[in-house]
Amino acid sequence: MYDLQCENLTKRFGAFTAVDGVSLEIPGGSFFSILGPSGCGKTTLMRMIAGFEDPSSGDIKIKGRSVLGSPPNKRNVKMVFQHLALFPMMNVGENIAYGLRCRGASKADITRKVGAVLERIGLPDVAQKQIHQLSGGQKQRIAIARCMVLEPDVLLLDEPLGALDLKLRERMKIELKLLQHQFDTTFLYITHDQSEALVMSDHVAVMNAGKFEQIGTPQELYHNPRTAFVAGFVGDSNRWHGKVNRISNGEAEIVTSGGDTIVANCGASALSPGDSAEIFVRPDCIAFGGVRRETQNTLTGTVDSLLFNGANSRALVRIDSRELIEVAINGVDRSSPIKPGDPAHLNWAFADTQCFPAKER
Amino acid sequence: MLQKDAQRLSLLLLLTPFLLWILLLVVLPQLGIVGISLREKVGPRQFTFGLANYLAFVQEPIYWNTLLRTAVMSILVTFLALLVGFPVAYYIAKIAPYRSQTALFLLCLVPLWVSDLVRAFGWIVLLRETGLISGALQAIGIIKGPIELLYNDATVVVGLVYTVVLFMIVPLVSTLNGMDNSLLEAGHNLGGSRITVFRRIVVPYAMPGIVAGCIIVFMMTAGSYLTPILLGGKNSMWFTEQIYDQFITRYNWESGATFGVLLLAFTSFVVWLGLRLTGQKLATTVAKD
Ligand SMILES: Nc1ncnc2c1ncn2[C@@H]1O[C@H](COP(=O)(O)OP(=O)(O)OP(=O)(O)O)[C@@H](O)[C@H]1O
Ligand SMILES: [Mg+2]
Repeated sequence: MYDLQCENLTKRFGAFTAVDGVSLEIPGGSFFSILGPSGCGKTTLMRMIAGFEDPSSGDIKIKGRSVLGSPPNKRNVKMVFQHLALFPMMNVGENIAYGLRCRGASKADITRKVGAVLERIGLPDVAQKQIHQLSGGQKQRIAIARCMVLEPDVLLLDEPLGALDLKLRERMKIELKLLQHQFDTTFLYITHDQSEALVMSDHVAVMNAGKFEQIGTPQELYHNPRTAFVAGFVGDSNRWHGKVNRISNGEAEIVTSGGDTIVANCGASALSPGDSAEIFVRPDCIAFGGVRRETQNTLTGTVDSLLFNGANSRALVRIDSRELIEVAINGVDRSSPIKPGDPAHLNWAFADTQCFPAKER
Repeated sequence: MLQKDAQRLSLLLLLTPFLLWILLLVVLPQLGIVGISLREKVGPRQFTFGLANYLAFVQEPIYWNTLLRTAVMSILVTFLALLVGFPVAYYIAKIAPYRSQTALFLLCLVPLWVSDLVRAFGWIVLLRETGLISGALQAIGIIKGPIELLYNDATVVVGLVYTVVLFMIVPLVSTLNGMDNSLLEAGHNLGGSRITVFRRIVVPYAMPGIVAGCIIVFMMTAGSYLTPILLGGKNSMWFTEQIYDQFITRYNWESGATFGVLLLAFTSFVVWLGLRLTGQKLATTVAKD
């Protein structure tokens, strides 16, 4: 049984199509993210699920039942808004009690449930506080508690961390994941930040220009992107343009515009010799030195500079064809022998090299 | 330190004209009025200090009945203005497309371009026995003879609501404008019906604007002169008419001043009572956090 299903959902604003034939199925109790650049239609999709916009076509089912005819207040999906939309004229307790009151719960019930949910989010003593007396992270948790106290089938979150500063965002990522486990409710999370999506989600849908490009686990998206957009949007990548020379056994030999020959795993992508292609390689798949094996690409160059960022440190290598390549290095290892100006031999497996047909430009 | 002094000085300089204006045009005349109201005339140009004017007011029921009546009618007008103004303000601030908001707002101000007097005469042209409405009704055959629509309380109330409703709409639009639409959506999303959202979210949010609008409208109505006199005629029994009468017709400045002080005191008291009864504070109206 799926908690939430969308079938061929489409939304047009006049001639403009904001959401274009999107289908998704979210199993109960999972954390599902929609990841896409600004303006790709994520909020529109979520507003249709919440009932604030009517789809132009397609169907939305919650727990297997179509909700197209139900107004927003009759759908058991609750939403955490981008700017939280906590009610400023009510205190924290009243904010959380609002939904219960709308349902006509008894006073005793309300008091008990509000207390219990505040306990769960780890803020047992704030019920009497005013909203403006809370910190950013606390507001965040209250906004979630206000929805969770109603035990929704699905919780929708529209970039709820967008307004927070970086440090807090990092902490809230982990906290959100823990909260989702604790409440054991399906979360549909919208973000344009790939690290949020990768860290928290069981499944991620990558969205671009109103369409889903790929749905999969974070690992699948990272290691086996199915389109050039996904390869470029999820995680960091080195990227080349080139022309396909030869194809055999799902491997394409491509000559880059700089003149290097790179063999890439072209799997399902429909490439044929003579096509122009885009090549993607993750910095963390590239290694320095080592022995050349049959199944590896090799490039030589010199180390241009080092970008220290703890465990995410990078070396920029200028290869002989003048292009810069990012290579992951172990920045924590102080005995790291790599210095700017050193000659560098880079190699990485064919299997770690993705290629896709290049968009006509 | 130096900067702080400079700041204080510039603040003082900025405030000076304002303070002078308040002092010379508002505080001093009021004090003067209070002074006059406390005089008793004992002979030609001979006065003593005393409360006789206030006593006279209390002893003459027609005076304080008029004051009470004015207050009650003003409360009614305020309430009606809120009833009429709120939907208009809500439409301008929340429903109308963004581009037409300013235009609609300006449209609301159009009646202000015409002077009070002309507006009141406009109503007279419409409503008098030989006026447009009476004529039209006769022409369609709904009524037989001409009817007089002027000189009754309903007409006065309608005329006053029309005059003051703008001053209700302006503060309401500005508070409602500040309300994020996502608050409304959150209200619906959490299970609230339209009525619940209106009652529990829109009204509490707009409360500062409602309070401000009601105070302005109430004070304006209670202190208005032209509309009640022209539309209500002799039996309008508006308190400002009494004040005018004392000052101008009877040339009894002491009594007129007393009435003026009483009007100010009484309307202030009504506002205070209204704030108390609805649990609002003046401070939240002015300073919003
Ligand atoms: N009411 C509307 N009328 C016309 N166009 C709209 C409307 N709402 C959204 N759009 C358009 O639909 C597209 C998608 O908007 P949407 O708000 O869903 O983007 P988003 O993916 O949430 O972006 P962001 O990450 O910036 O929030 C945008 O190009 C926007 O201009
Ligand atoms: Mg959005």
